[in-house]
Amino acid sequence: MKKEEVIIHLDNVSKFYHMGETIVKAVDGITLSVKKGDFVAVMGPSGSGKSTSMHLIGSLDVPTKGHIFLDGHDISLLHESDLAQIRGKNIGFIFQQFNLIPTLTVKENIMLPLSLQGMAEEEREEKVNALLKKMELVERADHFPNQISGGQQQRVAIARALANDPEVILADEPTGNLDTKTGEIVMEHLEKLHKEGKTIVMVTHSPELAKEYAQIVYWLKDGKIQKVTTKDSKSMKKVKDWKGD
Amino acid sequence: MNYFLFALRNLKRKGIRSWLTLLGICIGIMAVVSLISLGNGLQSAVVSQFGLSSTEVITVQASGGSLGSEVVTPLTQDDVRAIDGLGTVEFAYAENSATISIDYNDRLIVTSAISISPDYDDEFYEINELERESGRLLKSGDSKKILVGNSLADGTSNGLEKEIITGKKLTIMGEEFTVTGILEKKGNFLVDGIVFMYESDLDSISTQGDDVDKIVVKVKDKDLVNKTKEDIERLLRSRRDVDVGSEDFSVTTPESSLAQINQILGAIQAFVIIIASISIVIGTVGIINTMTTSVLERRKEIGIMKSVGAKNSQIFSQFFIESGFLGLIGGGIGVLFGVILGYIGTILINNFIGAETAPMISFSLIFFSLLGSFLIGALAGIFPAMKAAKQNPVQALNS
Repeated sequence: MKKEEVIIHLDNVSKFYHMGETIVKAVDGITLSVKKGDFVAVMGPSGSGKSTSMHLIGSLDVPTKGHIFLDGHDISLLHESDLAQIRGKNIGFIFQQFNLIPTLTVKENIMLPLSLQGMAEEEREEKVNALLKKMELVERADHFPNQISGGQQQRVAIARALANDPEVILADEPTGNLDTKTGEIVMEHLEKLHKEGKTIVMVTHSPELAKEYAQIVYWLKDGKIQKVTTKDSKSMKKVKDWKGD
Repeated sequence: MNYFLFALRNLKRKGIRSWLTLLGICIGIMAVVSLISLGNGLQSAVVSQFGLSSTEVITVQASGGSLGSEVVTPLTQDDVRAIDGLGTVEFAYAENSATISIDYNDRLIVTSAISISPDYDDEFYEINELERESGRLLKSGDSKKILVGNSLADGTSNGLEKEIITGKKLTIMGEEFTVTGILEKKGNFLVDGIVFMYESDLDSISTQGDDVDKIVVKVKDKDLVNKTKEDIERLLRSRRDVDVGSEDFSVTTPESSLAQINQILGAIQAFVIIIASISIVIGTVGIINTMTTSVLERRKEIGIMKSVGAKNSQIFSQFFIESGFLGLIGGGIGVLFGVILGYIGTILINNFIGAETAPMISFSLIFFSLLGSFLIGALAGIFPAMKAAKQNPVQALNS
């Protein structure tokens, strides 16, 4: 693996929380690398640390120990406003709960990351209209989130994640709140983005999803990486039978 | 980003809670705006009750030894003559008043009569700015003749259910008087609701005798008013044998009347300002409370905003502006109602005293009221907005 191809690198990263007297080791010494254009899945049961790792990669949180490199830059020591800048420009989030802002329309939700970056109105309009078209949401542009279906909301979330054209898309259980068919549509969109060259990191507890879409799967348990499998490796057989513990 | 649109949507979402929060600021601003816009009317209302007109007129009245007690030693006609003899005095006359009953059209009402000194009747009309509306003013030689105030003549409001017109005969305290004239409306119910007659006539229906209720003194030059006041005080102290500081009389100059008016206006203003301040403090606390609750309720939204790149400063601005908006809308409604109240109040005062004052509503009053209410709201929002900005993104997202 050439170093310049690596877009995300976690170097012995730990995240500990204090809960009264005890220390919870949510993430405990993880080292991993994601190459540009990869589709990576992070798997594990609840409490395995997969969501925390996702927050760390997405610069929503800072590690207790270790270093996180995004595109070669160490982001573990940055201030909140710099982290916000990275989240706005370099990373697109897709959440299980869609996480749209209820008081903003579909169009305004997609526009939000652009507005926060201070983009001029004309340019914003142009970009948002293109995204609405791409996500087949043109007719829903002026609807509020509670007026559209779950699948449509998740498509809005994807459009919002793409707004600033980030290199990395982080998806946290993107199909978790959707029925199988709608979930498939959302996954097809992610697959399409991957083919367009985006780096995708997906957190999931579904081995089927991981198997079908991800090239590399990191298996987490108790905050540690248990194993790494690739799409071509034989150990993917195990993926299918894996029950999460 | 469009903070204003966002703020408006959020205020709308909170519905009745937003409106209740606005109430305090609304009442405070309303009180301030209506008070200021009423200023003119209020001042002329108070001035007219004091009957202030000429700046060269001093009035002298006997008073009790201590505040509020009855007159012990009345002024006399000799006092009038003594004051008239002072070098700086142009003239001085006695003015008496009595409570009288008027019997007319088989009805009886009680009002006041004021005496006119026959030697100074023209001066009396001039000082009190009295002019006839119909008939004629009193002239020397008139006996058992009266002038009737404008509202007292009005049959719809005088309680006699019949208009009093020139030439009619009224029974006052059992004696018959002829109306020689009706006075023009003065806008002061103390003048408009009473009758005027010569001294001798008032003596015949009251027990005034040699006593004098009030001495009206016209000074030769308005620069001599204060000196004359001191002279009169010195004169009366020696005539009544009282020491400095324990005077049983008062000498009032236009200046001291004005000071008294300002004192009354000041007291009214202070009262309204206290009410306004309390409302605004309550309103501010209300906004702090609403915004703090709002931050807690919208933690998830804050988390989302941060996840798509919002900086702390942008989150702060959003809540800060929203809070300012709360204040601004409250202030806007307050200004609206304050202006309406100012107009209604002015109309009421105008009707009451017959004056024609206009409410003082200026662009700067409205502008500064709105700016002030926005700043109050924004100030109240600082703490909640800081709280919002400092939310940990992960915890906020998971809430």
